[in-house]
Amino acid sequence: MELAVTKECIRGDFARKVLEESGTNVNLCFQCKKCTAGCPIAYEMDVMPSKIIHAVRLGQKDLVLNSKTIWLCASCETCTTRCPQDVDIAKVMDAARIVALREGVEPKEPEIPAFARTMVRNIWWHGRTFELGMIGRLKLATGQFLKDTGLGMKMLWHGKLSLLPSFTDFFGVKGMMARIKKKEAEKK
Amino acid sequence: MTDAKTTFGYYPGCSLHSTGAEYDISFKAVCEKLGIELQEPKGWICCGATAGHMTSKLLAAALPVRTMSLYEQAGISDIVVPCAACYARCKAALHETAHDKELKKDVDEVVGRPFAGKVKILNPLEVFINLLTPEKVKTLVTKPLTQMKVVCYYGCLLTRPPKVMQFDVCEYPMSMDKILRAVGIKTLDWSYKTDCCGGSLALTRTDIVVKLARDILEEARAVGANAIAVACPLCHANLDTRQTEVEEKYATTYNIPILYFTQLLGLAFGVPAEDLAFKKHLVSPEPLLAGTPA
Repeated sequence: MELAVTKECIRGDFARKVLEESGTNVNLCFQCKKCTAGCPIAYEMDVMPSKIIHAVRLGQKDLVLNSKTIWLCASCETCTTRCPQDVDIAKVMDAARIVALREGVEPKEPEIPAFARTMVRNIWWHGRTFELGMIGRLKLATGQFLKDTGLGMKMLWHGKLSLLPSFTDFFGVKGMMARIKKKEAEKK
Repeated sequence: MTDAKTTFGYYPGCSLHSTGAEYDISFKAVCEKLGIELQEPKGWICCGATAGHMTSKLLAAALPVRTMSLYEQAGISDIVVPCAACYARCKAALHETAHDKELKKDVDEVVGRPFAGKVKILNPLEVFINLLTPEKVKTLVTKPLTQMKVVCYYGCLLTRPPKVMQFDVCEYPMSMDKILRAVGIKTLDWSYKTDCCGGSLALTRTDIVVKLARDILEEARAVGANAIAVACPLCHANLDTRQTEVEEKYATTYNIPILYFTQLLGLAFGVPAEDLAFKKHLVSPEPLLAGTPA
């Protein structure tokens, strides 16, 4: 998808939403492309990180939210660390993911947000991550039942996966997560 | 430094109770040798890791704050956090709530426990580097590990972003090298100290992790290392448990054991190998360790 600037996108509120979520000013970017040059995952991305930043400035919501890039970002923070203009690129990626999830955009890399949701659900249940339960849930969510079964067995054999879940801070975590949901719904 | 602090709060995080149990076991063994007392209050919860910050800004800050408030209420001011992801999320939550008043207000409302933000988050490297004085090293080191040629792999989260982490030099850290060298372990110079292993993409886009792990293993072999030292359970999982997959995909053999730096310290301090959980590694370090002079 190419950049196509229209009045609607410039006047739209996408750039503002990203700014609200990330607290970072993308207008400082002067397109030196250092973020793209240092990104360890750029080779798999469909839109380079520097282009994502430019697209946010121009209000190109569709291009950003429909990219693989926002999901593939591993949050290694190399881009944020090296940006000469102090643009927090990794935070912009997070902000774009949050906006995409909130607006129900079909993610281009569905397994990645499916994993994130599974993990958040896991925390809701257990207070801590219970890997075995989480992996089982992820398999249900993605339909990839055979993925990593061999490795899983090996890890069990080496005692690297706990078999029993804990239930830590059972009501505390659920209460907190309910309050977060409510607060976020109010702000929408 | 003789007056260095020796009592710390301990926040192990989820990984150290499962996939990274070796780190928990060896960290505690080293603390015992160094006379460090750890306090672990009941009820700490998950830091949220990537799943937190990619889905909700408020959740990402609230989860670590709920845990940190538990320690604060228990009167603990210095918390040592071995897992690099938990360490990074705690530091990020402290940084963000200190700089974003609106977020701080929201966090206070949802967490349900008061939090003044008066805690200090430390990783084991910064704790040990202050305690390992030359005199202490002399009395503690009982086992020379002359066969080891180690590259120190710091990963992403310990040093990045520097504004938040404020630990070591972000592009070329030396703390782990200094600690291992102090106890007589040879560490090698290499250019992949802080390159990314792909982190939590391991479960979703395994192909990316396999590629990034291969780059790291390849460079370690190229500089002549026979082991990689780590300080992060995610780095460990990706380099150790995925190593066979890397070897199959790229038709090569690395057989490079991935060791927590605390396991190496433990060995140097004379902790028996069976008490340092080497058996939990998928790439066995036993042949390498067998070369250790008794």
